[in-house]
Amino acid sequence: MKRGFIIWVPLALFVGFAIIFAIGLYAPVARTVPSALIGQSVPEFELAGALPGRPGLSSGSLRRGEPRVVNIFASWCIPCRAEAPQLEELARRGVPIDGIAVRDRPQDLAAFLTTYGDPFATIGADNDRRVQLDLGSAGVPETFVIDGQGIIRHQHIGAITSADVPAILAAWEAAR
Amino acid sequence: MIAEGGLAALWLAAALSLLQLFLGIAALRPGGAHLLRVVRPLAVAQGLLAALAFLILIWLFLRTDLSVQLVAANSHSAKPWLYKFAGAWGNHEGSMLLWVTVLAVAGAAVALLERRLRQDTLIATLAAQAAIALGFYAFLLMASNPFTRLSPVPVEGNGLNPLLQDPGLAFHPPTLYFGYVGISIAFSFAVGALVTRDVGPAFARAMRPWILAAWVFLTIGIVAGSYWAYYELGWGGWWFWDPVENASLMPWLAATALLHSVTVLATRDGLRAWTVMLAVVAFSMSMIGTFLVRSGILTSVHAFAVDPQRGAFILALLILYIGGALALFGLRIGTVKEGSQFDMVSREGALVANNLLLTVILGIVFFGTLYPLAVEAVTGEKLSVGPPYFNTAAGPVALVLVAIMGAGALLRWRSDRVKALGNRILIPVLVAALAFAALLVFAPDAGMLPLLGLALAPGVAAASVAPLWKRNLRRTPIFIYGMVIAHLGIAVSMAGMASESAFTKETLVAASPGQIAHVGDFSVRFDSVEPIAGPNWTAVEGRLTARRGENGREFQLRPQARMFSSPPTPTSEAAITTHWDGQLYVALGEEDEQGRWQVRLWWKPFVTLIWFGGIMVALGGLLSLVGRLRRERKIAPRTDAGTRADPEAVSA
Repeated sequence: MKRGFIIWVPLALFVGFAIIFAIGLYAPVARTVPSALIGQSVPEFELAGALPGRPGLSSGSLRRGEPRVVNIFASWCIPCRAEAPQLEELARRGVPIDGIAVRDRPQDLAAFLTTYGDPFATIGADNDRRVQLDLGSAGVPETFVIDGQGIIRHQHIGAITSADVPAILAAWEAAR
Repeated sequence: MIAEGGLAALWLAAALSLLQLFLGIAALRPGGAHLLRVVRPLAVAQGLLAALAFLILIWLFLRTDLSVQLVAANSHSAKPWLYKFAGAWGNHEGSMLLWVTVLAVAGAAVALLERRLRQDTLIATLAAQAAIALGFYAFLLMASNPFTRLSPVPVEGNGLNPLLQDPGLAFHPPTLYFGYVGISIAFSFAVGALVTRDVGPAFARAMRPWILAAWVFLTIGIVAGSYWAYYELGWGGWWFWDPVENASLMPWLAATALLHSVTVLATRDGLRAWTVMLAVVAFSMSMIGTFLVRSGILTSVHAFAVDPQRGAFILALLILYIGGALALFGLRIGTVKEGSQFDMVSREGALVANNLLLTVILGIVFFGTLYPLAVEAVTGEKLSVGPPYFNTAAGPVALVLVAIMGAGALLRWRSDRVKALGNRILIPVLVAALAFAALLVFAPDAGMLPLLGLALAPGVAAASVAPLWKRNLRRTPIFIYGMVIAHLGIAVSMAGMASESAFTKETLVAASPGQIAHVGDFSVRFDSVEPIAGPNWTAVEGRLTARRGENGREFQLRPQARMFSSPPTPTSEAAITTHWDGQLYVALGEEDEQGRWQVRLWWKPFVTLIWFGGIMVALGGLLSLVGRLRRERKIAPRTDAGTRADPEAVSA
């Protein structure tokens, strides 16, 4: 058997591996676990309004040609309070935000919105966590950017800090 | 001052490893022979100093010295002492110190115990070992100092990641590290042999016990890790193909291949280049495993420290060692003779097939683990490769591998006749065929892979014990028993995996008190939920009463959802009861707003065989190790074995 070039193959493979790793190490990518749902359509759902007199949220309303941000939150969730100013900031910049309130009571929710601000166009009541689980979300808060065709483009797990605002804004811009 | 003592020991050890490297190189030059005597004691001293540094770190953790940053970040005075102890390596810096300690102590052990290698090869091996250690000392001292002081001193520490607060996991990393680092010895041996052009049977016999020992530790580590994930994560699975799991599986696959090819080299003087290559690959895999887990480049349940700076440092070490070794391999291997030839149908032939299939599986796992990284590096897109890919790609190859394993042990060395093999393998094949027919009748819906696995397992088991057939069992060497038990363990493990994936029953209920759920032939009554408290956690505990069949004896199940206070983390403690034919697995989920509790119930037939088989595999490795060492002591009295050279080994 000729061993001429075969013996150099492992070294060549390794060099390729090292280059990929070096790029991977220094690539300025947000290090979050991506949802398996990214690139997929939002699952079908229909949520009643979480507050009396305010509209609820359905999957159909996320397919009206306009990209939207969907924020899963709850009044009992402490990190949600921390991310409230960032949601306000997004709303101020013209991003339409819909809320999904998980296992919440109207009176608690109303108090929460009064204290921490209300950037939401609509808020759906997800009382049995069905929609949250369908969206592949395990905890609150969690935020999705959904394009005009109802395709999930970006997912943010945990509270949005001020450092995360540009990424979400960029994902929303890109979805337009 | 204790922490400073540890730091000093570490610096000193680093200095000694540098000296060891230089003196080793000098000793190999013409006229450097008088330096030989200095290198061995240096390696021993270096090992002792590294061990001292590590003991000091453990001491700091045991007394919860919060003026040390690492302790404050990872420990807590209210923690049970076992986890204070394990906290020493349950973090990035500590685990790297453990790594380098095992490396240095293993190097010291080689210096003390190794008598079979040629003197110059031993020195080259120790120099290579020093070079590896030096890189890791530099990494610790420059990028990951475990002894950094903290000012002001906090009143209380942060605690250890609660997922790691488990007796099983406390000793899981050290076990794996013994394995990883044991392979570094094989790597150093390979580098040493390449440097002195000493690749031959004598070198293989010297290397084999180290590989066996490392492999036993790796096996134990993987089995323990799998069981830990099974009972601690509460999702009922035993293997997730998580990057961190793969990081230990890849070196195991390479080490398993190495273990078999080194046997061919030791007994038949074949596969010289291939064995050296595998030693380099196996260590590359343990380095890459470390890199994946430590650099934060992969996101996973249990990867530590997300820090590109450290990742870059380890990548540099990787390039230096692996790149260097592969280049040395390319330059030198041409001067190594190919060794003796053999027929395709022979023990060697089967071992080559085994090696190739193991390499294919390694390639599949490697590709699946790194593909997302490569895609991200090129396109910036995140994606993940999950169990479906690994199971479909690696599963069939693994089945063929196990089948060949069964046949291989029945073949003779050098050359065998197909017809003779046919006669020997008749009974195992019949067993497998019968099992397959029975399964088709009784469990036709099990799915193809599990079905084949279940059918193959008894056949392979029969083939595994066949080497003992008609032998004088008292005169049979221990390492033959080792091989039989290890191969039998693979069959047992495979039966467990196939049975688990074919026959598991799952029920998910939202239960209110008094409600009865069914899984398999168990009926489980949900009684109540009680709050309870532990030393550093609180929990809600489900009280369930289960009964098997109509008239079975009642027994209690107590799954918990625990909450650790610092840092606030929920964990799940599944209630698992073991029966002769499987396990009933119950995990408590969350409460919904109607006051019902989510309860997951699994009946997993023969799932325990997975780990039982794994333990048999490790035990088989241990017996082989003991058997080999005893036999060599008998055959080669220790007179001048250390300087004996193999005349065939070098052609240059």
